[in-house]
Amino acid sequence: MFQVDNNISTWGRIKDSDIYHSFIKSPTAIVSSIILFIIFFCSFFVELITPYNPFDPSSLSLMEAFTPPSWTEDGLAKFILGTDGQGRDMLATILYGSRISLIVGFSAIIFSLILGVGLGLTAGYFGGKYEMIVMRLTDVQLTVPSILMALLVDGIARGLISREMHDEMAIYVLIFAIGISEWPQFARVSRAATLVEKNKDYVSASTIIGVSNLIIMFKHILPNILRPVLVIGTIGLALAIIAESTLSFLGVGVPPTTPSLGTLIRLGNDFLFSGEWWITFFPAIFLVILAFSINLLGDWMRDTLNPRLKK
Amino acid sequence: MSFLKIKNLSVDYPMRKETVYAAKNVNIEVNKGEILGLVGESGSGKSTVGNAIINLIDAPGKVSSGSVILGDLNIHEDPKNIVKYRGKKIGLIFQDPQTSLNPILTVGEQLIETIQTHLDLTNDEAKNKSIDLLKEVGIKDAEKRFNNYPHQFSGGMRQRVVISLALCCEPELLIADEPTTALDVSIQSQILELIKKLTKERNLAVILITHDMGVIAETADRVAVMKSGNLVEIGETKEILTKPKQTYTKSLVSSVPPTNKKISRFVIIEKENKSNQNNNIKILNRWNKKEIIEQDLVTINNLSKSFDDNFFTESSKNSVMAVDNVSFDIKEGESFGLVGESGSGKSTIAKMIVNLFKPSSGDIFFDNICITKIKDKLEMMKFRKQIQMIFQDPYSSLNGRLKVKDIISEPITLHNPSISSNDLNNYIFDLLESVELSQKSADRYPHEFSGGQRQRISIARALATQPRLLVCDEPTSALDVSIQAQILNLLKDLQEQLNLTILFISHDLPVVRQMCDRIGVLKDGQLCEVANTEEIFLKPQHDYTKKLLHLMPKIESIYN
Repeated sequence: MFQVDNNISTWGRIKDSDIYHSFIKSPTAIVSSIILFIIFFCSFFVELITPYNPFDPSSLSLMEAFTPPSWTEDGLAKFILGTDGQGRDMLATILYGSRISLIVGFSAIIFSLILGVGLGLTAGYFGGKYEMIVMRLTDVQLTVPSILMALLVDGIARGLISREMHDEMAIYVLIFAIGISEWPQFARVSRAATLVEKNKDYVSASTIIGVSNLIIMFKHILPNILRPVLVIGTIGLALAIIAESTLSFLGVGVPPTTPSLGTLIRLGNDFLFSGEWWITFFPAIFLVILAFSINLLGDWMRDTLNPRLKK
Repeated sequence: MSFLKIKNLSVDYPMRKETVYAAKNVNIEVNKGEILGLVGESGSGKSTVGNAIINLIDAPGKVSSGSVILGDLNIHEDPKNIVKYRGKKIGLIFQDPQTSLNPILTVGEQLIETIQTHLDLTNDEAKNKSIDLLKEVGIKDAEKRFNNYPHQFSGGMRQRVVISLALCCEPELLIADEPTTALDVSIQSQILELIKKLTKERNLAVILITHDMGVIAETADRVAVMKSGNLVEIGETKEILTKPKQTYTKSLVSSVPPTNKKISRFVIIEKENKSNQNNNIKILNRWNKKEIIEQDLVTINNLSKSFDDNFFTESSKNSVMAVDNVSFDIKEGESFGLVGESGSGKSTIAKMIVNLFKPSSGDIFFDNICITKIKDKLEMMKFRKQIQMIFQDPYSSLNGRLKVKDIISEPITLHNPSISSNDLNNYIFDLLESVELSQKSADRYPHEFSGGQRQRISIARALATQPRLLVCDEPTSALDVSIQAQILNLLKDLQEQLNLTILFISHDLPVVRQMCDRIGVLKDGQLCEVANTEEIFLKPQHDYTKKLLHLMPKIESIYN
């Protein structure tokens, strides 16, 4: 009996919003999100895209190793981007690799987002000594370069986990290592936003009603501070993917049996001077395009969601 | 022959969805030596007209038609003209003296810069001129103050500096956009006197843009009333305020709280007055109505609150006493008013009563129980339920991420977790109805509502726990005068039917007179006097109260 007559659908609401409009008007945002969509789709449905499985040794033929890209003189039509030293199709390997890179990047950023926002939100809300300790901790964390931090975590993990286990656990160690070095940014931004929000009257109103601190923080304040957090989260995602590649390139990331983009670049790097350039070139270009698109999308989000930059 | 002629001025803001017409065919003339008051509610286009004269319309807005003729020159004809006229022939005073001066330049530097931009004077000549100007606007020790930075001046002094800046190149037209809105009553009257004096002495043409009818009544010679971009009525101030012709002007004048008498309800002409007396019956059924016994509901004993501004030293050497040894009591069922200027500690007292702040010393008794000493959270919940608050800013007091029904249901489910969802819905609808909002509102988000409607949602939320005491902290000062009248009527009705006790905090004396049975006057954290409303207004005892009453702009002054 209580029906709302002008019930706008969620899609209608989105279509009417300023964000949608700014998206439609920004070619960079459209192009980068199309590229990202293609990359995500191909990486997670790689079985539909290519018949090759680089992890199935029986399908590999060493005879076909080091085949150059198909458009070159010695190229074979069935390997568009050529093959690597074990006869694996480069395209398939890159897509499987980017799947791992994306999984690591996303998990790491979600891990640091939960950690950072949790600490920042509580620090901003409660204040006092707790806030001081958390914020000094972020300062300390920021003085340690993230790669160094990740190497340290990896080193400790190697010491704690047995050698056989290590390859299996490598991906989790990597997620933890990258995540732990990214959280201070989230903590800082969410603390600053919380300080603004907690002085607004709607928070006082809830306090007067008798709502508990936990509910005020997560039901009232959290949704209101998510905008800036999501913006740095997007840019942080690109950083996390690059960090993963750097670590894998240095040999402390995921093992070569399940290669990520960074591992592929490192493996291909050995062949670069013997003329097999494609093995390192294509994963590298792929990584650049991936990170660049995420960054462009992040920039657009920052400009749109930041009211101060509104024209 | 009038000095400034605005002919058929229209200003458009083409937006994504529609074009907003901020001003439509406005015709205004101003003579020299005359103050023209430009009144209207927010969004009526009064500031747009002011800005259009000097071509300060922000993109995407544009002057789509019409002309502005100053003296005998059309200043919009050539865009280069306006740069010559801004500052030189036309002086500007803005609302907020905090932001209209550059904080990193001294007052003197800003004056000299402005003078030398327009007049061909040496540094020394410019300096002498600026010191003369500072003296003219009533700044003592002008030679010394010349080298001070804006933050070394108080709000009222800063506004004087802004006025001297506006006057420094001998303008003939002065545009003052809400020049006193950010100031306290006592400073407001000084600034208005200054503007009146300068108008006479310098034979200026002045456009005074304001929403305050009291200011208009005391200052303006003629008034132009605007509504949604249209000029509704223009004429002699006395004529307009006493014998308005248009319905809109009538309703505007009738919603201004009178300062000289207490009325039971505001007459709302324009919108038909829907509120019938049966309106609140539904919510009344749920209300545990208490017999009013003649007793004190709230007793405040020697309440003090200091804010330490130093983090490291815990001594209270640097502390500011926001509230200093205040004692009063509120009887059950009455409206108690707390008045005072900004910084007098009235909001701090409110926040201590609703337990947002802990007092530094002193006690608050509610229903004879000392609520400041309660440590146990569950024990506190009983009182939280009975004391609710309505805030000043209707925009920050509602969480924009929640639907209205979720905002209102929060206190209900918190204090009655076992309520069935059907019952909850009905309760929400009853509450919305009692604040004269439709049931459809429940599924909308706060940003879809206007300021007055948001304040109604805020009231509904406060009523949800069936409180006995409602603390209203400047509930209408962010609202337009006609909306203010509606909200005040609503509060009065609710109080009558629900036997609420109200603590009403405001800086606005006429409003307090209409709303309250008894009034306490605060100054710098101290309570000057507490008395019945009529006594305060007719026989004030304390000097400060007398001063406040004397300075308050009175719309009735026009009748004398």
